[in-house]
Amino acid sequence: MAKLDTLLAQAGSRWDEKTGAVSMPVYYSSTFRHPGLGQSTGYDYSRTANPTRSVLEQTLALAEGGTPARAFAFSSGLAAIDAIARLFKPGDRIVATEDLYGGTYRLFEKIFRLYGIEFVYVNTADTAAVQQTFTAEVAAVFVEVPSNPLLNVADIRTIADLAARKGALTIVDNTFLTFCRQRPLELGADIVVYSATKYLGGHDDVVAGIAITAKPDLAEKIGFMQNAAGAILGPQDSWLLLRGLKTLPLRLARQEENARALARWLARHPRVTNVFYPGLPEHPGHELLKRQASGFGAMVSFEVDDPEMIKGILAGVQVFMFAESLGGVESLITFPAVQTHADIAPDVRERLGINNRLLRLSVGIEDIDDLCRDLEEVLT
Amino acid sequence: MSGKDYTTRLVHAGPDRDPHTGASSIPIYQVSTYHQADPEHLGRYDYARSDNPTREALEQAIAELEGGTRGCAFASGMAATSTVLMIFQAGDHLVVGEDIYGGTYRVLTAVFKRWGLESTFVDSTEPDQIRAAITPKTKAVFVETPSNPTLKITDLAAVAEIARSRGLLAITDNTFMSPLLQRPLELGFDIVVHSATKFIGGHSDLIAGLAVAKDAEVGRRIRHVQNAFGAILGPQDSWLTLRGLKTLGVRLQQQQESAEKIACWLCGRPEVKKVYYPTLDGHPGRTIHLRQAAGGGSVVSFELATKEQAVQLMKNVKLPLVAVSLGGVESILSYPATMSHAAMPAGERAARGITDGLVRLSVGLEAADDLIADVEQALEKAHRPQ
Repeated sequence: MAKLDTLLAQAGSRWDEKTGAVSMPVYYSSTFRHPGLGQSTGYDYSRTANPTRSVLEQTLALAEGGTPARAFAFSSGLAAIDAIARLFKPGDRIVATEDLYGGTYRLFEKIFRLYGIEFVYVNTADTAAVQQTFTAEVAAVFVEVPSNPLLNVADIRTIADLAARKGALTIVDNTFLTFCRQRPLELGADIVVYSATKYLGGHDDVVAGIAITAKPDLAEKIGFMQNAAGAILGPQDSWLLLRGLKTLPLRLARQEENARALARWLARHPRVTNVFYPGLPEHPGHELLKRQASGFGAMVSFEVDDPEMIKGILAGVQVFMFAESLGGVESLITFPAVQTHADIAPDVRERLGINNRLLRLSVGIEDIDDLCRDLEEVLT
Repeated sequence: MSGKDYTTRLVHAGPDRDPHTGASSIPIYQVSTYHQADPEHLGRYDYARSDNPTREALEQAIAELEGGTRGCAFASGMAATSTVLMIFQAGDHLVVGEDIYGGTYRVLTAVFKRWGLESTFVDSTEPDQIRAAITPKTKAVFVETPSNPTLKITDLAAVAEIARSRGLLAITDNTFMSPLLQRPLELGFDIVVHSATKFIGGHSDLIAGLAVAKDAEVGRRIRHVQNAFGAILGPQDSWLTLRGLKTLGVRLQQQQESAEKIACWLCGRPEVKKVYYPTLDGHPGRTIHLRQAAGGGSVVSFELATKEQAVQLMKNVKLPLVAVSLGGVESILSYPATMSHAAMPAGERAARGITDGLVRLSVGLEAADDLIADVEQALEKAHRPQ
């Protein structure tokens, strides 16, 4: 198999045999003419399968897990997580990362708890704590690695091993690092899920979600759910995502380089009391992530010494944009307590460290000096 | 805009021009996030799963057109239906018309049932059957009229009254009629869902779903699940759906006119055993249908004597596409036994009139005479002894 960069650069480039088009066509067709009764071209109805979406799904399956894996594209990251959550049944227990993305937390608590699933939230960077939650009912562990926004690092291989012994699935939200840096299926995870809105798309112009598994029985169930509940990704968004994938390795490398430099710069700043970046040697997850991944990503969180500064920082930044989301070529700054994690109860947020002095940076591909200068202006 | 003709409302529904530039077409906001000017007061738009101006224009348009307080747009008709079903919870019960779309049947029986949302399927053309199926746990009634593919008619006002008197939500899939022909919220329904892939989009070029709530609180519940589950419609598809809405009036009126003509013509053909079209004389639901809808729509089903004749007809037509789906500008001929209703056991299909000789024609914008001539030559070939 070609290396990842080659696979991504040529995604969809050899599909259209009729014209030789190097860019995958966008199939704006809801239905497909049958060659005859009982015959099919492989495409019958676009909710079930659409060529543009199929090529995207095949590319992602290859990128994440190699030939046996299958990928499924959804209308948002949460729609992908929804399809996975529907694999379980009332009475099942799902153990999840405690500083989970607020949207995932809301989906679990406000929708799936009503259907009788039990959710337990733990610090998944503490493997022993995870193991303590493994009752007879445990059906899955859902981890974000690194977590959002504090970038705690869970040990995927050990957790997957412990979960497998209990007959439970390991599901990894790999949004922050992508298959370019971290390969959960190779570490024993059963399902990988993405908000493809973030690094995979990478241009802040698509909302999309992906679920990938190399287990045929799980693939069949997720595929059934994708078709039955119909939360599919449309052809234009599928095409934009495919287009984004081609530059993913380049973008991520540059973003990571910028993030490392910015984290070091922030760590030296007098108004900054804490920097969370797993690439810094003093970060508690540094050694583990070094073994488990081939890079540290481009998300950096930090605390300032005075909550009164937050408003001025968010209003004053000129290069960073104050906006939700992450992973795009543009650098974004977010205030997790009121944005991404607003759905988590205030006392829980405080205990987790998502306090009113914490800001999260999604570092883009701008010039590093411009990024540092921008933060310098608002921090002083 | 209540005083205007409905076709005018279709052209101007929702925010019909861009407030920033005056552009006559709402821009496609291909965006995931929005810069915030004030950290303490987030703006109207913060994340595109939650709100996208292009999708919002479509949502406002369909809410206006169906006469509801809130519209929501989804990745498919099934995503709209699934989202509406997710406002209920484990232990709740639904009474559902047995002739609902196969995808709705599948998601109810294969997905929601496992989660403890129970459904009882009844013949919704008989309101007494609905009444008899209601239990203390029942939360809603879900029906579809005309039904697919045999176009049975359910009395919407009667069902709405049953639901109202028992404190239940009344939900209907209005895909076959679209708001141009039938507006269930005005007849007392609470929620309307659409596969906008069909008549509303109208060009067989997108997959989309819509849901409209009459009441603000019900709308809020649907909107909450839309954001939490995230089965949203993307901006390009939202824009295409809006574009489709503008011509819904002229398209469907023309398609309906052709369908009526073709249905009448089919009635006179010796090869055709039975024609299903809601406004034909002798259709058992005709009176009710004409009371609640502004025409028979553009789907005609008809039955040939044998499976072989149906197969030959499908092989020999030149104008209609042989495909699943319906509602587009292209005529589409489908074979329910192996397409839309393949998942249904043969006995069940037969009991519902979905025989091996039944075909469904979604009449498009081709000239009616061309379609008739094409079906005629195919029928003659089909009827010729092999």
